[in-house]
Amino acid sequence: MFTTKAFIKKSKIGHFLKNVREHYIRDDIFCGVPSCETCHPVESHLSSTYKNVCCLFKYNHYLILDTNVILDQMDVLDEPILENIIILHTVLKEVKHRSLPIYKRLQSIIDNPSRHFYVFTNDHHKDTYVKQDDKELINDYNDRLIRKSCSWYMKHLPGEIFVLLSNDAKNRAIALAEGIPTLTIKDYIESVKDNSVLLDKLAKKDIHVETYTKDIFPPHLSNVELLTGVKNGKLHQGTFRASKDNFLEGFVNVDSLEDPVLVQGRSGLNRAVNGDIVVVEIFDKKEWVSPSDIVLEDEGVAEEGIDEIELKERELKRSKKIKEEIKPTGKVVGIIRRKWRQYCGILQGGMDGVYQLFVPSDRSIPKIRIETRQADFLRTQKLIVTIDSWPRHSRYPHGHFVRALGKIGDQTTENEVVLLEHDVPHSQFSEEVLACLPKLPWIITEKDVKKRVDIRHLDICSVDPPGCTDIDDALHCRPIGNDGFEVGVHIADVAHFIRPGTAIDKEAASRATTVYLVNKRIDMVPELLSSNLCSLRGGEERFAFSCVWEMDANANILNTRFHKSIIKSKASFTYEEAQMTIDDKSKNDPIAMSLRGLNKLAKILKKRRLENGALVLASPEVKIHMDSETMEPLDVEVKKLFETNSMVEEFMLLANISVAEKILDEFPECAMLRRHPTPPSTNFDPLIKAGRHLGLDINVECGKNLAQSLDEATKPENPYLNTMLRILATRCMLQAVYFASGTLQKEEYYHYGLAVPLYTHFTSPIRRYADIIVHRLLAVTCGADSTYPDLLDKQKSTELCQNLNYRNRMAQYAGRASVAFNTHLFFKGKLQDEEGYVLHIRKNALQILIPKYGLECTLYLAKKGESSNIFEYNEEEQSQKAGNITLHAFDPVKVRLSLDSNNIQHEKFVLQLVSPYIEGFSVQPLGESMEVDPDKPASEKKRKSKSESHVKNKKKN
Amino acid sequence: MSKNKELISKIGLRLDGRRANELRRIRCKLGVFTEPDGSAYIEQGLTKVLAAVYGPHEVRGGRSKAQHNSAIINCQFSMAVFSTTERKKRPRGDRKSTELSMHLQQALEAAIKSELYPFCQIDVYVEVLHADGGIYPACVNAATLALIDAGIPLKEYVCACTASLANNDIPMLDISHQEEVLGGPTLTVAALPMSGKIVLMEMSQRFHLDHLDKVLEKALQGCKDIKEILDNAVRLHVTDIGSSTGWANTKH
Ligand SMILES: [Zn+2]
Repeated sequence: MFTTKAFIKKSKIGHFLKNVREHYIRDDIFCGVPSCETCHPVESHLSSTYKNVCCLFKYNHYLILDTNVILDQMDVLDEPILENIIILHTVLKEVKHRSLPIYKRLQSIIDNPSRHFYVFTNDHHKDTYVKQDDKELINDYNDRLIRKSCSWYMKHLPGEIFVLLSNDAKNRAIALAEGIPTLTIKDYIESVKDNSVLLDKLAKKDIHVETYTKDIFPPHLSNVELLTGVKNGKLHQGTFRASKDNFLEGFVNVDSLEDPVLVQGRSGLNRAVNGDIVVVEIFDKKEWVSPSDIVLEDEGVAEEGIDEIELKERELKRSKKIKEEIKPTGKVVGIIRRKWRQYCGILQGGMDGVYQLFVPSDRSIPKIRIETRQADFLRTQKLIVTIDSWPRHSRYPHGHFVRALGKIGDQTTENEVVLLEHDVPHSQFSEEVLACLPKLPWIITEKDVKKRVDIRHLDICSVDPPGCTDIDDALHCRPIGNDGFEVGVHIADVAHFIRPGTAIDKEAASRATTVYLVNKRIDMVPELLSSNLCSLRGGEERFAFSCVWEMDANANILNTRFHKSIIKSKASFTYEEAQMTIDDKSKNDPIAMSLRGLNKLAKILKKRRLENGALVLASPEVKIHMDSETMEPLDVEVKKLFETNSMVEEFMLLANISVAEKILDEFPECAMLRRHPTPPSTNFDPLIKAGRHLGLDINVECGKNLAQSLDEATKPENPYLNTMLRILATRCMLQAVYFASGTLQKEEYYHYGLAVPLYTHFTSPIRRYADIIVHRLLAVTCGADSTYPDLLDKQKSTELCQNLNYRNRMAQYAGRASVAFNTHLFFKGKLQDEEGYVLHIRKNALQILIPKYGLECTLYLAKKGESSNIFEYNEEEQSQKAGNITLHAFDPVKVRLSLDSNNIQHEKFVLQLVSPYIEGFSVQPLGESMEVDPDKPASEKKRKSKSESHVKNKKKN
Repeated sequence: MSKNKELISKIGLRLDGRRANELRRIRCKLGVFTEPDGSAYIEQGLTKVLAAVYGPHEVRGGRSKAQHNSAIINCQFSMAVFSTTERKKRPRGDRKSTELSMHLQQALEAAIKSELYPFCQIDVYVEVLHADGGIYPACVNAATLALIDAGIPLKEYVCACTASLANNDIPMLDISHQEEVLGGPTLTVAALPMSGKIVLMEMSQRFHLDHLDKVLEKALQGCKDIKEILDNAVRLHVTDIGSSTGWANTKH
């Protein structure tokens, strides 16, 4: 029952340490097979009723898998066809060691009772444990352990059949000699009934070439050669980044080198895929070249043909080299680690037979060859495909089809693609999560009332964008004392429903945020909470967490208090309705008075905030009007802002700041805060440059100076100029991030954009998980709740913050991708002339911003790589001159907008210049009848009946 | 090393194959030396400790230290040069060993009927031969056995044990060095298991109050289990000695 494991390990400082560890051997580990009568019954998912059907075996049989089968063929195992599988602990450990993602997938299958998997802890079982021999390699030892368990099972249950699946020929040979039935997974699956799904998913790792084919790629060096090469400095290890425009070019970012290493051509890239960790050999200096400036698209259609690729390589060689731009050049000689993942894309048309080419939507990924028996169907679909291998003789990597997402071009399919590509968890909420929801009808009990401050009588109301169903916040304001006010911000008490450690809590923490696509919302918490029980709807009694200030008439805070409360919002306004209520002098009801009071105080707060150096940034936010029936975008426009937008924002900022101070005071080590780092000064270079060309001096020394220079940067002849500068300034900023207070120095807490020393998120717990944590912390400070271990664990909080930051970033990108897709959809087949502004001047193009649609597009003045014979580029002045017309940055222009849909995966806008009119380049304006007047849309009446869908205003701070 | 490492697998086994509530293997022997008045050797897993007891004898170094109502318990803790994976000279009286000596003294004082020996002194020497987690408990347990071997009257056994939290949730017993390094906070408890009195409690790191009860309960259970094992060893030892003189055979 007892043995020791001894091994010798080298310590960091080079001493040899002898490590001895205990290893207990047990007699209470059971086989898990239901028909066994010797072992005690044990919880096991193996089933005697489910039967694996394979024509090689007459009866039901249990499968034992070798590690390589799991690592290579996870997609096959994911299919609920192979069942009754015994996973040995030795194998499980090795899988975990080799690939964490695959381990997690395997673990979720093991946990699923309907899959009938069982983990046998062979390495602690008295009959299946064997000692590692002195000179035995770890792989051989593991293989021996696996075979030992197989023969034990056979002896333990002579009535059952056990089959070992292994792709390792040596292991199979020894197993057969020991009398263990064994097969490769391929041979096994080919004999399984209804195997077409499985055959499609079989990873193509070991394709044997029967006929001799020419090797297309040079071989990779062996691992030993690579490691010694890197060690002695002859070779360099780095991350490969493929070019998006040229499939025969890429860079390798090497940590120790300042410049990335340029690699070109088939032999230069040598089967490296974007993201792989590779080893490069750098050529002699005289062979260095400059990056090409041509666009090369992979137009290969067949597996065999390499003529086309050779042609393009020659084209690449011919393209001119600029002496000054020469970069270190080299070639990939080996791959340390593949970073292959699953890719979205479509099948390339025009191929017959089972071999098909898959075109990933990510242009930095090569086409992938897959084998499928349902090509006709798959051609209509968006697919997910993964890479298995890339042999030397194959022009394209080999992969296999994982699943279809839906019809190409469908809203739902495209949403799915956006969500997948941005790693947004979007599956249905599990039963376990839904079980955490309160039972309906939900009623407020006596006990609830006792624990909360009852402010149902107060005149509270909410102000949100139209169509908002997840109302996080509500406000009130009433006069107190002589000339003071009591102002309350009431936030949905989501933490009341989501208790720490429950399934719903874990799910929300993993989702981190609600994701808003144009016509779809992916909730962080189930709809019952987000749109009903937590949502502070007008006229409903709801739980809230209140932050209440006493203020004087100058909006100075005299006193702050926090408490959990019961509220009954009197009305939920849209920004527009609230604005109208404030402006309508005839209205003098308590709600109108309350709104007016809030508005007055908000203006003072805003003024003070801006004086302190808070930045006003701009990025065009777009609203897309959708047809509720067909879900097609009707119109795209930039969001309209009211005074009430900023009124709500001011009080949310103030509440967040007050809460941040409070929780940091109580929890100096583990308060969840939000910081916005000061950008490095080089970030501002584009902004300063743009200002200089306009004769404006932009001071970026500190936030306050920047805010001031931005305020002063106006020119009466171009009212949009200031906004453009603010858009540029926004792009210089870094991302704001969450962090645990104990992990950073006090000075680093600073929020640059808001110019406040402390900030957090408290006001949107329905759609942000960070706010839930902040609510829990705040609840502790006011005695409304107790702590739990993870809340006070600095390490755990930091890990949580990392996930929140990652998910938030991805949610933002996903939202933008969705807007882009719908804008494209809107413009399909349309031709429109629009007002725009020049954002940047380039050598052969103008970067144009079209504020109406929030679009930024490129207007090419010449074909890529050529120079224009009409325009004259002045690098010094950053201008383009044609005849007597000169274009500078920020100049207004009129452009014709259309969509180029030739490449269905990469639609793009094409611009043509309308005004200023330049002979031989500009186009005539569209006819009067076709012109769309932005102020008076022809379909106004029609539009009002359509529902509007919104990209919810994600507050920038 | 990641703090998230699973210390208990889904199947319920720890890294070395134990279950959460299982002690490591304990082997012990009383009377390993002839020179001291009492001595014992204990192995808890790979942690190995020798203990020797001298006394009670007259207080050395002047009578001024002597107490008129009880004996002085003097404890000396040391670690062998070869006791850890890295060989290191450990001077006597460094901070760690002074602290451990004091804690040991505190635990033993609670068990020894020192009031029987006024103006006397009892010396307890413990030496760690190999350290693999849970040094202090092994020292307490070894010292208890050595005191019994020396025939010093005890109120009851004093036993010690460690406990910790695996996967931030499951309390587990008798923490090995590997688990100490990978895991979270370790709770060390020395107790009089029969009466259930805790004589010493120490935590290596802060942890949340919610967890304390279940971890403490686990550690106390460990002390009781250890007491059973020690008790058996003592009985076996007494039978052995007895059988050589012949009197014990009548009983068994
Ligand atoms: Zn059995």
